[in-house]
Amino acid sequence: MDILIQTIGDIINADLGSPLAAFIALLLVSLAILGFMSLTAGGLSFIERRVAGRMQSRIGPNRVGPQGILQFMADGLKCAQKEDLIPDGADRLLFKLAPVLCFIGVFGTFAVLPWGNGFFASELNVGLLYLMSVTSLVVIGMLMAGWSSNNKWSLLGGMRSAAQMVSYEIPVALSLLPVILLCGSLSFKELIGAQGAMPWDWNILNSPFTFISFFIFFLAALAEGNRTPFDIPEGESELVAGYCTEYSGLRFVFFFFAEWANLYVIGAVAAAVFLGGGHLPFGLESDIVSLLVFFAKSFFMVFIIIWLRWTLPRFRVDQMMTLCWKTLIPLSFVMLFGQAITLLIYHELTFLQSIVSLVLFAICVLVGVKFVSRVLVNIKEQKYKMMHTLTGS
Amino acid sequence: MYLDFASIAIFLVLGFAFVLIGLAVTGLIRPHRPSRLKSQTYECGEKPEGPGRVQFNLRFYLIAFLFVIFDVEIVFIYPVAAVFKDFIASGHGLLAFAEIAIFVGILLVAMLYAWRMGALRWMNDLSVSLKEKAS
Repeated sequence: MDILIQTIGDIINADLGSPLAAFIALLLVSLAILGFMSLTAGGLSFIERRVAGRMQSRIGPNRVGPQGILQFMADGLKCAQKEDLIPDGADRLLFKLAPVLCFIGVFGTFAVLPWGNGFFASELNVGLLYLMSVTSLVVIGMLMAGWSSNNKWSLLGGMRSAAQMVSYEIPVALSLLPVILLCGSLSFKELIGAQGAMPWDWNILNSPFTFISFFIFFLAALAEGNRTPFDIPEGESELVAGYCTEYSGLRFVFFFFAEWANLYVIGAVAAAVFLGGGHLPFGLESDIVSLLVFFAKSFFMVFIIIWLRWTLPRFRVDQMMTLCWKTLIPLSFVMLFGQAITLLIYHELTFLQSIVSLVLFAICVLVGVKFVSRVLVNIKEQKYKMMHTLTGS
Repeated sequence: MYLDFASIAIFLVLGFAFVLIGLAVTGLIRPHRPSRLKSQTYECGEKPEGPGRVQFNLRFYLIAFLFVIFDVEIVFIYPVAAVFKDFIASGHGLLAFAEIAIFVGILLVAMLYAWRMGALRWMNDLSVSLKEKAS
């Protein structure tokens, strides 16, 4: 895929003068990214189920294709053959428009996402602002789906999702502010360019404030993407299926398509804004290598999100709103002011920044070592226990 | 620059077209046999009772209001944050910081007010908590 992007990128640069050539090149780029998005969303739905199986000591899908990797295609085909029902008394136009808006809201973000350090479908200078605003379409789609279905479950589910998503959009936007202050730009290209290859040159380790901002961003993005522990809109036991109760067939698929693609968007934004993009130290960097590094970072974040889903129980709806309005939003304002003051201090005392970054890096390494050693001890203890139960001593 | 915006327009149109084409194509292979029972809305297998669009709680409205206020603030503060570094470089860092602080401060006061009035409380009956504050 990266070779395709490279060639098309060359075409764009070569033929800027001719509008038709530029249009065709852009169309090809967007089609390629649409294909990538489809594969990612489908692949993630498969990976998530396999990871879930592994974590819960069961198998997961393993029948369709090698290791069940074609399961998502079978699911898609099955849903495509289902009858497309529109309930009585539904607002037919809004009912049909809702999945489209959810889909566009996520697909639109792929326009500004970086692909490594070298390639951008659109080097928009207000990239982050665009990303924040186009995701809002998802909220409108959910509200539309909930309202138009003429169903009580849908209405309540839609209202809850909308309340959750608009609330958590604020901490997401605010927690990106310290990084914008730091890099002085809203474009992904410059945000990545402002960071270095080594971990202590990444935005996340610049100061304690960006460090905490990263975690606020991650938590709030989880909630905005309706992921566990914040997946109240899909609280099956309370709301049946929430806003998509009345949807069937392909329209239903588009909602979940968007949701899984959104996982990758969260990972990619975290990787680009906080985790240093696709930079690689020791002069190993090229456009294709940086693409691979970037993918590795993004999919690592996605793996953590999946991991969290099978580890943590669900929040209660009031706890979730309290966490957002009374903890995350005030905290992210503190981070904003903190980072602004830090920048003023760094400007006077330049050496301070490297010291702070190195100290933060050391703390991260220590926590990582502690985590690994804990895991190893746990595994040892489990083995020991199992041996004793098996032998009966 | 214009090419970047054109690219985004193409993305949005393509997203729209993808859903429509997908639905049109699969329309060829899926059945279409509507019946009165099938088009009933789902209410746990019972006959739907009353209209589907029931009254919902006022707190959703309040949340929406608060959201709009904060979102507008974010739209304004993003560009300011992007040029903050230039202000520091030109020696006017404290001035820019003070301006951001005043702008955000006004909003924070409003948020504190909403907090005090119980607008952020999810569980309690809103009318009761407002009356408590008033008396």
